[in-house]
Amino acid sequence: MKKAWLPVLTLLLAILWGCAVAPPESPPQVDTGVDPNEWVRIPAGEFLYGMHNKEAVIEKDFEMMLTPVTNAQFAAYLNEALAKGELILNEDGVYIEYPGEPFEGGKHEVEYGPGQYLVYPLGTIEAKLEYKSGQFVVKPGWENHPVTMTTWFSGWGYCRFYGGRLPTEKEWEKAARGEDGRPYPWGEEITKAHANFYKSGDPFDHYWGGQGETTPVGFYNGETHLGFKTEKAVSPYGLYDMAGNVWEWMLDTEEHNPHLHYTHQRILKGGAFNNYDYDARTFARNFAPPDYYDFTTGFRCVREP
Amino acid sequence: MAWLKERLRYIFGSTKGLILMASALIALETAFMGMLSGPMAEWGIRDIWIRLWGMRLDPSHREARIIFLYHTFAIGVIALETYMITGLVKMKEMHKVGINAVMTVGYLFVLVFGLAFAYWGENWAFHGLFIAGLTLVFFAGMWLAYALWPWAKEYRLPEGSPYWRLAGGLDGERLAWFIMAVATLISAIYGAVPGSYFGNGFEVFLSEDIIRIPEHTPMELAIVGHLHIMLVDIAVAAMLIVFRWVDLKGRLHAWATAFTIIGTIIISVGAWVIVPFRPIAHQIINVGAMFLMVASLFLTIYTWRKQIEIGLHKMGIEDKPTLGQKLKALLSDPLPVGATWQMMYMNAVVTAPGVFMAIKLDWLRQWLLREERIGLVGHWHILAAVIATILLLYYGDVVGLKDKARKWYGWGIVIASDLAFFAATLFYTKRLYVSVSQQQPLVNFTMYLLDASLFLVLVIVAALMVWRLVDLFKPEGKWTEEWRDPSLKPIFAEEDVR
Repeated sequence: MKKAWLPVLTLLLAILWGCAVAPPESPPQVDTGVDPNEWVRIPAGEFLYGMHNKEAVIEKDFEMMLTPVTNAQFAAYLNEALAKGELILNEDGVYIEYPGEPFEGGKHEVEYGPGQYLVYPLGTIEAKLEYKSGQFVVKPGWENHPVTMTTWFSGWGYCRFYGGRLPTEKEWEKAARGEDGRPYPWGEEITKAHANFYKSGDPFDHYWGGQGETTPVGFYNGETHLGFKTEKAVSPYGLYDMAGNVWEWMLDTEEHNPHLHYTHQRILKGGAFNNYDYDARTFARNFAPPDYYDFTTGFRCVREP
Repeated sequence: MAWLKERLRYIFGSTKGLILMASALIALETAFMGMLSGPMAEWGIRDIWIRLWGMRLDPSHREARIIFLYHTFAIGVIALETYMITGLVKMKEMHKVGINAVMTVGYLFVLVFGLAFAYWGENWAFHGLFIAGLTLVFFAGMWLAYALWPWAKEYRLPEGSPYWRLAGGLDGERLAWFIMAVATLISAIYGAVPGSYFGNGFEVFLSEDIIRIPEHTPMELAIVGHLHIMLVDIAVAAMLIVFRWVDLKGRLHAWATAFTIIGTIIISVGAWVIVPFRPIAHQIINVGAMFLMVASLFLTIYTWRKQIEIGLHKMGIEDKPTLGQKLKALLSDPLPVGATWQMMYMNAVVTAPGVFMAIKLDWLRQWLLREERIGLVGHWHILAAVIATILLLYYGDVVGLKDKARKWYGWGIVIASDLAFFAATLFYTKRLYVSVSQQQPLVNFTMYLLDASLFLVLVIVAALMVWRLVDLFKPEGKWTEEWRDPSLKPIFAEEDVR
């Protein structure tokens, strides 16, 4: 009996690795009253940027989406862009033509030449969109949740399609924290009522084995949803979900940020539902290659006013 | 008053008292700060802890706090190792007393004022006292290097010495101690320069956060070099302490010492040249690390052989022991065997995954930075914890644990910490086995196992500390024995020939 621990441990590990975490069923509906089609004007001007509050300037006013792009918005885009021939539908997903980036042969540099790049994968259990009868539709209940499983190319294509682009890191940070260098969009402190982060106790927290899920955009609007009391957690310009929920892709390439010389890695901001609260600080950064996607990656767009 | 004076004299005036205090403070700090960690935040304990102690944690200064925390731990361990070194290596009494005194003031300043500055309101006077503490620790280190000067006549080895003897009777092991001390001092300066640069204006960063930015400034690279080499220097010091503890001698002593010297020099140079020669720095470091790992292997072979020999002798078996009897003899004392086992186990949970990640870096870079960061942080946290367990196992022998207490303490630390390291390794390599959405069962399992195992280690250390605390109230406790005989004795020594 004493020698039984090894096989027991092995079995336990095998079970742990073997047991799949079931994808969430239709989530409870929450109407937050926040319109994801709204845009907000962000004024040009000086602001404090990055962890060390460096002085920076945004030269021109711009507009930013009030919330991250939702599943419903992204499904509409896929259908419209496919119909116009701007996307390519393959068996494993939807692709877009990208002109490519210069390859400099740097250490660990991966080549992103001209070609087709993934915009949305098909057949994954994490996806909230499915392709049915020649149309992309949102699985019931996920319409007003932020779209995930998006690559950088998804944001690049989506924003361009509607006359905008992804925000640069500086634009995003100005929009998120205003001019006074605050760490969170709403101020100095974060609580579970402010944002969707790991184990923050929201009604979607139990999904994926307790890893959490997205909350509908604008969920943290000061109201009580499904018995969960929220704070009105908006940025100084009124933007929702600038902390937590999904990582948001930034436009920045070497062209915008010399520090990204030959890496092709992209910056993501805001933190996601499965990250600790410190990742939701406005200056916190994540990186990923532009073709990376998982159930935490989303985006929002900016445009000229 | 005399009662208190006697105890304070023991704690501050004897090597064993100083070791006890440093061990207790590091354990207390670990338990206290552990309450702010990830799982504690999930359970809501972190918030209660912050309120309870009136901590003031500015979210913008998290990275700076972590840097202070690392320094308070590292300097505590450096103090602990210094006390052990002054207790184990021959040097003039004046040097011993002086080094220990300066080190004690220095590390207490670092610990108290470093934590006070970082976690209780950023009072800049405390910051100054923290820097003053670091300066004193550096000065104690310089004094230690001077005291370890291997070419002094009185430290030459006689002909026929069982220890590695170089030309003119130069003590090879003393040379290793000296090189370790000097390398540590240079490495400290290597961090102090960029530390001052970034500290001026509070522009701190964690190295793991900038790993995906391909081009770094010389100052950033110096920080990366500093943090790597300081941990290595602390590890080399721990290994040399075990050399003395098990009284390593003979041919294996020569090989292990030579490899330690070569390894320390190569790995230090590798870390220092990261600024001008970044592309080749890691190759140099790998070569140095290889020498150090082989040195630890020689040490382990010696220790296990010796333990088997002594164990069999105690069991009354002199002729042709069976494999089972040898194994029983080997496992009869968990302290020296456990300490060297930890050095070998380290290869499974630190070296192998580290090499794998380096080889598969392009694959790793296809994931989010957060995944890579977990790997980097997990990797070196385990190495730091392995060093801590080795020192704890040695401390178990220093305080003279015997019989069942020795076995429970030793095996408890080895098994519980190794389970924790196993869990942490599974956690930080999880992307090899599961996708992001499917990871939660593995995350839960590894986190619970990690926390439970580390908790067990802390309980074992706490039990030892409570025993020592209670002992201090006894008029003729263990502490009086240690006060009368403060020397640190090798475990396997037949005679003290050094």
